[in-house]
Amino acid sequence: MNKTYDVIIIGAGPAGLAAAIEAKKTGAKDVLIIERNDEPGGILLQCIHNGFGSVLFKKDLPGPAYAYNFITEAKQLGIEMLFDTMVLDITASRKIYATNSHEGFLEFDAKAIVLAMGCRERTRGQIRIPGTRPAGVFTAGMVQRLVNIEGLMPGKNFVILGSGDIGMIMARRLTIEGAKVIKVVELMPYLTGLRRNYVQCLQDFNIQLSLSTTIKRIIGKNRVEAVETVKVDDCLNPVAGTEEMIDCDSILLSIGLIPENELSKKSGVQLDPLTGGPIVDENMATNVAGIFSAGNVVTIYDLVDYVSKAGFIAGKNAAMYAAGQTAVKKYVEVKAGDGIRTVIPQKISVERGLVPLSNEVLFEMRVTKEYPSKISVDLMDGVNVIASHKEKYARPAEMITMKVDWNDLTTKLSKDTAGLVVKIS
Amino acid sequence: MNNKFDFIIIGSGIVGSLVARELSRYECSVLVIEKEIDVGMCPSSANSAIIHAGYDPKPGTLKAKMNAEGNRLWHEFAPELGVQFKETGSYVVAVGPDELPAINLLYEQGVKNSIPGIAVIGREEMLKREPLINPMVSGALWSPSAAVIDPFGAVLAAAENAVVNGVKYLFETRFLGFIFNGTRITGITTSKGDFFCDWAINSAGLFSDEVAHKAGVKEGFQIIPRKGSYIIFDAAKFSINNVLFQVPSALGKGVLVSTTTHGNVMIGPDSQLSENKEDSSTTREGLLSIEAGAKKLVPSIDVRNSIVTYSGIRATGNGDKDFIIETAKEVQGLINLLGIDSPGFVSAPAIAKRAVELLKEAGVKLKDKETFNPIRKPFPHFHLMSHKEKAELINKNPAYGRIICRCEEVTEGEILDAIHSPIPARTYDSIKRRTWLGTGRCQGAFDYPRVIQILARELKIPETEVTKKGKGSELVFRRTKEIIA
Repeated sequence: MNKTYDVIIIGAGPAGLAAAIEAKKTGAKDVLIIERNDEPGGILLQCIHNGFGSVLFKKDLPGPAYAYNFITEAKQLGIEMLFDTMVLDITASRKIYATNSHEGFLEFDAKAIVLAMGCRERTRGQIRIPGTRPAGVFTAGMVQRLVNIEGLMPGKNFVILGSGDIGMIMARRLTIEGAKVIKVVELMPYLTGLRRNYVQCLQDFNIQLSLSTTIKRIIGKNRVEAVETVKVDDCLNPVAGTEEMIDCDSILLSIGLIPENELSKKSGVQLDPLTGGPIVDENMATNVAGIFSAGNVVTIYDLVDYVSKAGFIAGKNAAMYAAGQTAVKKYVEVKAGDGIRTVIPQKISVERGLVPLSNEVLFEMRVTKEYPSKISVDLMDGVNVIASHKEKYARPAEMITMKVDWNDLTTKLSKDTAGLVVKIS
Repeated sequence: MNNKFDFIIIGSGIVGSLVARELSRYECSVLVIEKEIDVGMCPSSANSAIIHAGYDPKPGTLKAKMNAEGNRLWHEFAPELGVQFKETGSYVVAVGPDELPAINLLYEQGVKNSIPGIAVIGREEMLKREPLINPMVSGALWSPSAAVIDPFGAVLAAAENAVVNGVKYLFETRFLGFIFNGTRITGITTSKGDFFCDWAINSAGLFSDEVAHKAGVKEGFQIIPRKGSYIIFDAAKFSINNVLFQVPSALGKGVLVSTTTHGNVMIGPDSQLSENKEDSSTTREGLLSIEAGAKKLVPSIDVRNSIVTYSGIRATGNGDKDFIIETAKEVQGLINLLGIDSPGFVSAPAIAKRAVELLKEAGVKLKDKETFNPIRKPFPHFHLMSHKEKAELINKNPAYGRIICRCEEVTEGEILDAIHSPIPARTYDSIKRRTWLGTGRCQGAFDYPRVIQILARELKIPETEVTKKGKGSELVFRRTKEIIA
């Protein structure tokens, strides 16, 4: 099997499905999604809680229902999907090598590719939690899959490390399934997930949250028997004398997500060390011609609706690239300035050829710390403010989205610009 | 099962497994008993994975002799057994002028120990060979015969080869005591019943003192367990292709920075007293100390790129700390292999050969087995193959087309190989050690649910009986929606 497609999308999660749909609607004839799972929907399938779709559908949907809308549309549009299939390699000339057990080793050529592999969870090893190495230390997303998809309960008494969204959602879920969630501990002095999840998942279920607290060590030979927690100071160092021993059989880690870019690197896509994802322009184009990327593979979003939106942009531009309709002649860089930790896009096209592209440019940012009162996010060209965006407050857990008109931006840009900076003032 | 054997080996670490393989060269019956669910679960799979050159042990000691001989033998055994083995050579790096004299002393010791090819190299040469080395480097001892090995893979390969050549293994079988006829050992009692033998070989590692004491010998000998922690790095984030030691101190070889057969960088170990022989927990202080130690060699090391930390326990004896390889004197029918700590792994092939010599010296007649096959073919490793090889493998068996571990690209076919091998993998960790599944960046987050399914299916057990590393380490305990009694 060796086939050429207009657009091939890696991953049938929210970003990939949206990209496929928009690619097809934009005119790409042959569109293929390659998915490693046995069905489309990605991580949404295990997110059986509600909270999805408020932006795109003005509805409060559970994950599978949100996915279903896209899956149905993709099927109606005749988008091909290949399941249980793992992509092993992507080259800069857009050759894709993949494998599955029903068709064997596969080779494809794509006129354009959209990378939509999503992200993975940070693990115990990455934060080097001391102690023994028993069974019972799980990442939150893995437990979500075990409980919601496989129907298996991995423990009875849980301590959760990290106040990320999946951790809090799983605290509620495990409680409903009959487990006891003893406590959620968070290293930072603030909540790292969304406030609404704190209220709906912890407060409403009387689950205690301890900020500025971490796990000092894990105890237990075969299965977790206890954890020792400890308070940390402002520099995140343990404070002696604040240790607390908690008996439990399971530890759930919700300590962050990392864009999954092993394939991207193989194809020569350049990554941003801050986001961990590809450096993209406003069209979700990477530095490799014809390779686009969208969703959590680019930067970690908090709302799936924006992941889908990014997928639409990537899919549309991939289709246009496949049809030979686009060409960017010149870029300026976008950098994170004071108060901003990450920003996408990291570059903006300022001279475009051929067919005009969308004029709406979305900047998506995370701040470095909590800003309790009103702030202004400014897009600067040297000392000149190109665009400004107000927020009532800002938290690292909540992404800030700023819309800028492309014509307006390029008109205001100085001829000898040294690049754009977004900062908080 | 017939419960009478010519030889019973207690413990299936690298020493026990290599003794088993050595004995399988002869017409005789051999049983290996192991308290854990798999081979090499203790120090044999959590150590520095280095085939030391042999300049380090004091000349004239058993350690010096076994190390030099063991290094030579591994170069022969690794290809025979299909074990991953990288001939890296090693450096002992002097930082600052004060450490240079120690390098020269090690060189002289190496010459006395007849270590091939060792040389002292200068600062410039060291900087050229390892640009990431501390710029304060003043010189180094280069030992070309040092290598790195896949330690668990080596134990497994030796054990599998022994099994193919007729050795029996019994797992989850705890040694309880010896059976005597007068002062002659005639068998052992275990948690799985009595087994009889002409000779017992004590290769019980951390517990070798207790086994010897049960025979009423080596009363004064004791294992003082010391643990050493390691940090492994994400290969995609940080890479070094050398083996770099610090100048040794009274406490041992110190923290090293080393490549592994798998291409990850490893740093460690520290040296701390364990609370007991099973305490392999890491501590914050220990991890911080190896970080500091590693930075002395390679200042740019960033522990935020770690993927896993663990610790192993050294089976260090009291007394002069030399290996004890001897036929018990007060009783008949027992070979003791005691105090096998560093450089134990590299020495193991020589220790195994020495154990067989001891048996011959004691009058045991061993006849060569004509059917002995020294070659053990490793199972395929999908991710190491070319596209063409992958395609051919999947054509032969579609199970190799299904990727179960995304980071390390481990296929269902490889998992099935591990489960149905001569030493069958029956737990998550056993599969992990054989296939490298779950050892990458995501540490199994993707494969766990899938491996639970495969193990349950292949072992014909419910998912609730699938374990990480044997009884008590179950991964899930019930299905959801079950009525809780």
